[in-house]
Amino acid sequence: MTVSDPSQKHQRREHWLMLALVSPALLVILLLIVLPVGWLAWQSIYHDGFTLENYRRVFTEDIYWRSFALTFEISLAVTLIALLLGYPVAYLANSVPKGWSILILSLVVLPFWTSVLVRAYAWLALLQRSGVINQFLRYFDVISEPLALVHNSFGTVVATVHILLPFMVLPLYATMQKIPGDLMQAGASLGASPSLTFFRVFLPLSLPGVLAGCTMVFVLCLGFYITPELLGGGRTVMVSMLVSRNVELYNQFGAASAVAVVLLVSVLAIFFVVSRFISLDRVLGQK
Amino acid sequence: MTMKQKFGMGCALLGAIGFAGAADAADQITFVSQGGAYQQAQTVAILDPSAKKLGITINQDSIPDAWPAIKTQVGSGKPIWDVVDTPTGNCLRGGEQGLIEKLDFSKIPNGAAMPEAYRSPYSVSYEFYSSVLSYSQKTFPKDAPNSWADFWDVKKFPGRRALRNHPFATLEAALMADGVAPDKLYPLDVDRAFKKLEEIKPHITVWWTSGAQSAQLLNDGEVDMEMAWNGRVSAVAKEGAKVAFTYNQGVLQSTSLCILKGAPNLDTAVKFLNEAVDPVHQANLPLHIDYGPGNPKAFETNVIKPDRAAQLPSEPANAAKQALMSYAWWSSPAGEAAEKRWASFMQK
Repeated sequence: MTVSDPSQKHQRREHWLMLALVSPALLVILLLIVLPVGWLAWQSIYHDGFTLENYRRVFTEDIYWRSFALTFEISLAVTLIALLLGYPVAYLANSVPKGWSILILSLVVLPFWTSVLVRAYAWLALLQRSGVINQFLRYFDVISEPLALVHNSFGTVVATVHILLPFMVLPLYATMQKIPGDLMQAGASLGASPSLTFFRVFLPLSLPGVLAGCTMVFVLCLGFYITPELLGGGRTVMVSMLVSRNVELYNQFGAASAVAVVLLVSVLAIFFVVSRFISLDRVLGQK
Repeated sequence: MTMKQKFGMGCALLGAIGFAGAADAADQITFVSQGGAYQQAQTVAILDPSAKKLGITINQDSIPDAWPAIKTQVGSGKPIWDVVDTPTGNCLRGGEQGLIEKLDFSKIPNGAAMPEAYRSPYSVSYEFYSSVLSYSQKTFPKDAPNSWADFWDVKKFPGRRALRNHPFATLEAALMADGVAPDKLYPLDVDRAFKKLEEIKPHITVWWTSGAQSAQLLNDGEVDMEMAWNGRVSAVAKEGAKVAFTYNQGVLQSTSLCILKGAPNLDTAVKFLNEAVDPVHQANLPLHIDYGPGNPKAFETNVIKPDRAAQLPSEPANAAKQALMSYAWWSSPAGEAAEKRWASFMQK
C-alpha cells in the first residue's frame, strides 16, 4: 500500500519536480561540458585513424615532464602559502563578532570583482624592476640592485596565491563555524592553555576544512594560465600553456587535448584520493 | 493586422532579403584581417577604395590568428571567407596542404609585377613589419647597441634584455650575432643558432609572448633593450618614452593575401586581390599606420613623402639593411623541426 501513501506520493512528485528543475542545468552541462570534453578526448586518440602518438609524445619528451613537474611544484607552493595566509584570516573571521566577520569575509571576496587579468597586471606594476616595491626598497637603501621579483616563478606564485586565497579562506571559515565554541571552553575549564586547546581541539576539528581548501586551491592552480603567462617571463611554462602552445605548434587539437586529458586524469586522481579521506560534498562547498 | 498576416509579411520580407542577397552574391567577397587599428587603416587606405573601383561589396571579418579557422572552414567543405590577410607562412603551409588556392598571376598583373621574393604561388605580400633591435635612450643616450652582436655583448652593453618567446626572427638574430650576413641566413643553421642563443639565455630577463607585452617592457623601463616589432616601438616613442630602434639587421616579415580553397566568390576574390596590391592603394596604407606597403612599387608613386618613407620597414634603403624572412624555409620540414625545438630550448 506504499503507492497510495499520500506522503510518499508527494515525495515522489517532489523528486520529479526537482529533476525537471535541474534538467536545464544538466542539459547545459551535457552540451557545453561533457560533449566538448568528450570530443576533445576523442581527438587526442583519433586523427586519420587511431593513434597514441600524442600520448607517446607527452610521456616520452622531457619538456612535458618538466612542465608537469613545475606545475605540481608551483601548485604545491601556492597551496601551502595560501594555507599559511588563509588559516589565520579564517580563524579571525570565526572568532570575532558577526559584524566584523562579515567585513573580513567581504574583504576576502572583494578581489573577485576585479578581473584576473587586471590583478596580474597590478602585480606587474608592484613587482617589476621599476615597480613600487623595488623603488621603495632602493629609496631606503635596503638594496642597491633591483630584485628580480617577477618574470619568474616567484612572481607567478605571488599573484596566483592572491587570486586563489578566497578558495582557501571560505571552506576554512565554513568548517570553523561548525566547531562548537563550548569545546574550547571545556578544554580551558580542564586547565589547558589556549594554545593547547587550539592544537589539541580546534586544529584537528578544522582539518576537513584544511583539506577542502587545499584541494580547491591545488586543483585550480594546476590549470592556471594567465598569471604564469604574464608574470612567468616565458620561462615558467605550466601545463595550460603547453596546451595552447601545442595547438599552435602541431595545428591539430589532438596534440593539445592529450595534454589536457593527462591533466584532467591527474585532477580526478587527486579528487579520488581526497575523497577517501573526506566527503567530496565538503570540498565542493556543501554541508 | 492579424497574427497570420504579420507572419505572412515576415516571410515575404525574409524572402526578399534572401533574394537580394542572391542577386548580389557574385559581386561581393568576405575579407578577413586581424582587426584593431590595423584593419581600420586598411579599410581607409585599401578596402574602401578597392570596393569603389571594382564596384563590389567587401564584407569584413577579423580574427587574431586565422590559421585554425582556415583549416576548419576548408575542412568543412564550405568556406565562408574569400580573401585572408595572414602571416605569409600560413599561406604557404595552407597552399601545400590544399587549403589555399593556387594563384593565376596572369589575372593578377599587380602581383606579377612584384619581385619574386615578395610573392609565392599562393600569395602576394600585403604589408611589411620588422623585428628590430630596440633600446632605451635613457640607458644608452649615446653609443646605443646597433647590431645583434651588440645585443649579445653583455660586457660592452650591460642592461636587461628581452627577446620574443618564439623562434621566428629570434634564430635569425642569433645567427647574425654570430656573424652570418643578413642575406646569407637561409637555410638557417639551426644548431648554430640555438648554440648562440644558449649564450645569451642567462641574460634574458623576459621572453615576451605578445606585442603589447613587448611595448610595456620598453615603456616601463623593465628592459634596456629587446627585439620588438617596429610599429610597437614607434608607438611607445610617440607616447613620449625615451626609446628608439634600428633597422640595421632587422628581420623583415610580412603578411600576405591568399584565397581559401573553394572560396564562395573566387573570381571576385582574384579581382580584389589584384586591386589590393595596387601601388597607389598600397602607398596609402603607411599614411595611416606604421607598416610598410607589401608592394615595393608603392614607393615610386610619390604618395609617401620621403621623410615618411624613411621610417618604414620596407622602404628600399631600410630593407637593404635587413634580412628578409624566408617563410618558405620556416614552413619546410627543417623550419617546422626548429619551431618544435624551441619549446625544449625554453624549458631547459
